[in-house]
Amino acid sequence: MEISLLFLPLLASIISGFFGKYIGDRSSEIITTLFVITSAFLSILIFYNVIISGYENNIIIASWINSGTLNVNWSIKIDPLSSVMLVVVTVISALVHIYSIGYMSHDPHKPRFMAYLSLFTFAMLTLVTADNFLQLFFGWEGVGLCSYFLIGFWFKKDTANAAAIKAFLINRVGDFGFALGIFLIFYLFGTVNYSEVFNLIPEIIDKKIIFLGFNFNSVDLICLLLFIGAMGKSAQIFLHTWLPDAMEGPTPVSALIHAATMVTAGVFLVVRCSPIFEYSVLALNVVTIIGMSTAFFAATVALVQTDIKKIIAYSTCSQLGYMFFAAGVGAYNVAMFHLFTHAFFKALLFLGSGSVIHAFDEEQNINKMGSVWKKLPYTWVMMIIGTLALTGFPFLSGFYSKDAIIEFAYLKGNTTGILAAYIGIFTAFLTSIYSWRLIFKTFHGQYNNEEIKKEKIHESPIVMLLPLIILSIGSVSVGFLFKDLFISHSDNFNFWNNSIKFLNPLNDEHPPFFIIIITPILVILSIPISYYLFIKNKILTHLITDSNKFLYNFFVNKWYFDELYEFIFVKPAKKIGLFFWKSVDVQIIDRFGPDGISEIIKFFSLKAKKFQSGYIYQYAFIMLLGFSAILTFLILN
Amino acid sequence: MDFPILSSLILLPSIGALFLLFANESSTKSRQTIKYVALFVTFVNFFISIYLWQLFDKSISEFQFVEEKKWLVGFINYKVGIDGISILFIVLTTFITLLCIISVINSIKSRLKDFLIAILILESLMIGVFCSLDLVIFYLFFEGGLIPMFLIIGIWGGDRRVYSAFKFFLYTLLGSVLMLIAIIVIYLTSKTTDIAKLYELGINPNFQNLLWLAFFSSFAVKTPMWPVHTWLPDAHVEAPTVGSVLLAAILLKMAGYGFLRFSIGLFPIASELFTPLIYSLSLIAIIYTSLVALMQEDMKKLIAYSSVAHMGFVTLGMFTFTQQGVEGSIIQMISHGLVSAALFLSVGVLYDRIHSRTINTYGGLVSVMPKYSILLMIFTLAAVGLPGTSGFIGEFLILMGAFQDSFLVATIASIGVILGAAYMLWLYRRVIFGKLTNNKLLNISDLNKSELFILTCLALPTLFFGFYPEPLLSTIEVSVSNLIEMYNYNLTILSNHNG
Repeated sequence: MEISLLFLPLLASIISGFFGKYIGDRSSEIITTLFVITSAFLSILIFYNVIISGYENNIIIASWINSGTLNVNWSIKIDPLSSVMLVVVTVISALVHIYSIGYMSHDPHKPRFMAYLSLFTFAMLTLVTADNFLQLFFGWEGVGLCSYFLIGFWFKKDTANAAAIKAFLINRVGDFGFALGIFLIFYLFGTVNYSEVFNLIPEIIDKKIIFLGFNFNSVDLICLLLFIGAMGKSAQIFLHTWLPDAMEGPTPVSALIHAATMVTAGVFLVVRCSPIFEYSVLALNVVTIIGMSTAFFAATVALVQTDIKKIIAYSTCSQLGYMFFAAGVGAYNVAMFHLFTHAFFKALLFLGSGSVIHAFDEEQNINKMGSVWKKLPYTWVMMIIGTLALTGFPFLSGFYSKDAIIEFAYLKGNTTGILAAYIGIFTAFLTSIYSWRLIFKTFHGQYNNEEIKKEKIHESPIVMLLPLIILSIGSVSVGFLFKDLFISHSDNFNFWNNSIKFLNPLNDEHPPFFIIIITPILVILSIPISYYLFIKNKILTHLITDSNKFLYNFFVNKWYFDELYEFIFVKPAKKIGLFFWKSVDVQIIDRFGPDGISEIIKFFSLKAKKFQSGYIYQYAFIMLLGFSAILTFLILN
Repeated sequence: MDFPILSSLILLPSIGALFLLFANESSTKSRQTIKYVALFVTFVNFFISIYLWQLFDKSISEFQFVEEKKWLVGFINYKVGIDGISILFIVLTTFITLLCIISVINSIKSRLKDFLIAILILESLMIGVFCSLDLVIFYLFFEGGLIPMFLIIGIWGGDRRVYSAFKFFLYTLLGSVLMLIAIIVIYLTSKTTDIAKLYELGINPNFQNLLWLAFFSSFAVKTPMWPVHTWLPDAHVEAPTVGSVLLAAILLKMAGYGFLRFSIGLFPIASELFTPLIYSLSLIAIIYTSLVALMQEDMKKLIAYSSVAHMGFVTLGMFTFTQQGVEGSIIQMISHGLVSAALFLSVGVLYDRIHSRTINTYGGLVSVMPKYSILLMIFTLAAVGLPGTSGFIGEFLILMGAFQDSFLVATIASIGVILGAAYMLWLYRRVIFGKLTNNKLLNISDLNKSELFILTCLALPTLFFGFYPEPLLSTIEVSVSNLIEMYNYNLTILSNHNG
């Protein structure tokens, strides 16, 4: 069962990728979609078994690398943590496959697109079912590769190609940390298998290590290095710049890869490594601080963007920040819960925005939309459901998970925890404002598009709406349905079993009443506020932006991260490269090396030419001279 | 095993070459015969080498299939034999040569016969290098390999071929003279040049440093290591496609092999002493040439610089003296053999059609050359070291080995992995993606059958060994652990002796 679950998407990808030309577009779509749907059903079955009977399994498929003491296998590890990820990955993937049939209907490269989607699904599955760090790394880079392919899917667009490379390279920076983390784990434990490493962690908690001149506790160092990898993949602040650009890819890709699954791999990594992170107070604090900074930073940027997909992308960035600070305060299960609910409503929002973009003929600027809610009734309703769920409107899925994060952060009791809780509350308010801004500007107010007549705007076909409906059902219900399973306080039932380690049991007190009540109040209040700002009284909005020009520009330009990196890394790298090549290689090494030598040889051969006069007696004389010199030398010795 | 299988491997291509020498090239029919002879000989040789790999006993560390003939009594003995390390290089050599012959008979028009003779002789010499068990014949094979390569560049090369060939020759000659002197000194002090005997006897620690440096000067040029790398981009740019392939895929590996067999094997104390030197030069090579590669406008130069960076990883891995590091560097050499061959062939495919190697000439090829684009993507990713390709196994093991020895070295080398992705993907993007603007490219044809065949033959092992490197790793395992044990053993013995 596990094997077919894992390899069906790969098989689908191979069929569609290599034989798509022969079997036709429609067959490729049907095969990939059916295979992934089957995978999804198998995942749900496994998830059900895990819940009901605590099913766990660790299948070894084949050996991969055997070098000295390094022994790594291809494996499928099923435990509660991976079963949750399996469901998220395959279910969202299946829905996105279905949606793509409609969304990509005018694209000439459908089989290639479907092949990439299925290949991505396979890579993501190898990532979550790994039983060792190396296979995790394999999947990690594999999903990065598929993301690179899919961002650059429209290869004629230069912006898409640039975004694809940017995504790959920034992820490589993260992977650099990740790889060093794996090297360090192997150095300390002589193995990279989870179970062995996790068992050995308590033995090295006091071990110090000197790394690049700094004295580290070894557990801290492992965690920090791994976390650099997580930051890259999950687009956390400093390594986030690729995610908004990645929106150049087709919208189904954004929904699957850049919202629901791949970007959450970083969170998964931290949760999977909870047996290590639990021993590192430093790393957990770093995770919390990075998480809350990202949550806040991305929300501020999302407030002022005009591209519908970029707003949702920054929103994703921000929500991933929530997941990280949940993990950082030790509430790994809550982080997983938010990951789970987020997958539904964020995929819903992306696919919904895809439906809007589809209707507007590839227009993504929300200032060129408006007033179309009657034209796109289904999309409109489902986008609102998604927004309500995202903002944490009471009793929808985001409400349970986001509020739990804020509560647990508060209950953690330390400075970073309480700070994170307050920032979380404020960010929830910002989230709500920008989300409603998107809804109001897209669907309400005046119609602002001059290129397309309003009459031409049309609702998407059923094949695109069906996944939206399923996701909106999920967005409404999964929070309520699964909250007890994921974050239950009771002692007699623990769904997570040993897949998540809590060194100290989570605090199960109730936080102060105002902490519980303040977020929902802000979230509800923000609806009329947004309506007033973005529909009723736009002059006030302009006044606010004009009077805070500096801050506005700062947000619009995404805190100038791209410009900064261009200035610090990209330009110097090119300059140094040019200098090494033109100045060092050509001017120094060649000039004094081979060219210099050949000059010298030329010089001497010119001199030597003068001796070649052709007169035998001159040669004889020189031979005699030489001969006597050698003789003298021998005699003297 | 009484049948002299290694000598057959060495001699067969030369016999083929001899045969060609007397063939005449005048009629189309005889030209056809010439092609078939070359093809047949290299195919049989490839087949024998695979068979040899089958026969090879992976579980013992001694040299196998040893043949010994007295030649100049007391001075030069012809002695050949293989261990787990050499067998892989022999298979690589016969495999790449076979593909080169297939490529040549479909693309080279002028003086085909001479070209084939040069390649066949080169094959003999290269196989000879990988199975020599005597310093003198190693030297002969090693330096002899220069001559056909020198001719290939000098006769079939581009416009500046004479300058490049001369630069290539000057650099390599300088190193080899020092190595010859070192071999003579070894003979004078130890009274033998038999490698197995020298391993047993050990070399006087007082001489080791100088001897190591002499060997190093030869190997460093051929690897090539920074700062004696500048001949490589020029040689590659001017060499014909197949010349570049053989140079990158096999000739560079002879130096890496030399480091393992001689520098580390014979001079453990000096190797330990000079490890910081190797580390520094390797790291400089990795970072420096990656940055230089980033700025190249000529595809071949870019790949040539990337070869220097990749070989930097190889030298780094060997001198970690860890199982992972050494195995990684061997895998990296094999992988680079496949991948660099494929990359140079890919550039050749474009050059044959458009006669330009400048990156800016191209762009948007994916819409006219889909098959080419897919295969080039595989090789690009392998060069980047993505998991699932052989490049990953090599690079990752090397870095893992380096990390056991020095955090700093591994960290700096890992930065090279980021840069490697940058220049390769940027190259791919500029050539393959984007809008097709150059009108010349509109009618460019996709891969023909023989090109498709060759590149597929290179792509399959690249992927296969990425997912399942066991056949390679299990072959070298015992030999590598023996090498490391011997190194550590000698180190303790000799340092005790001194102390």
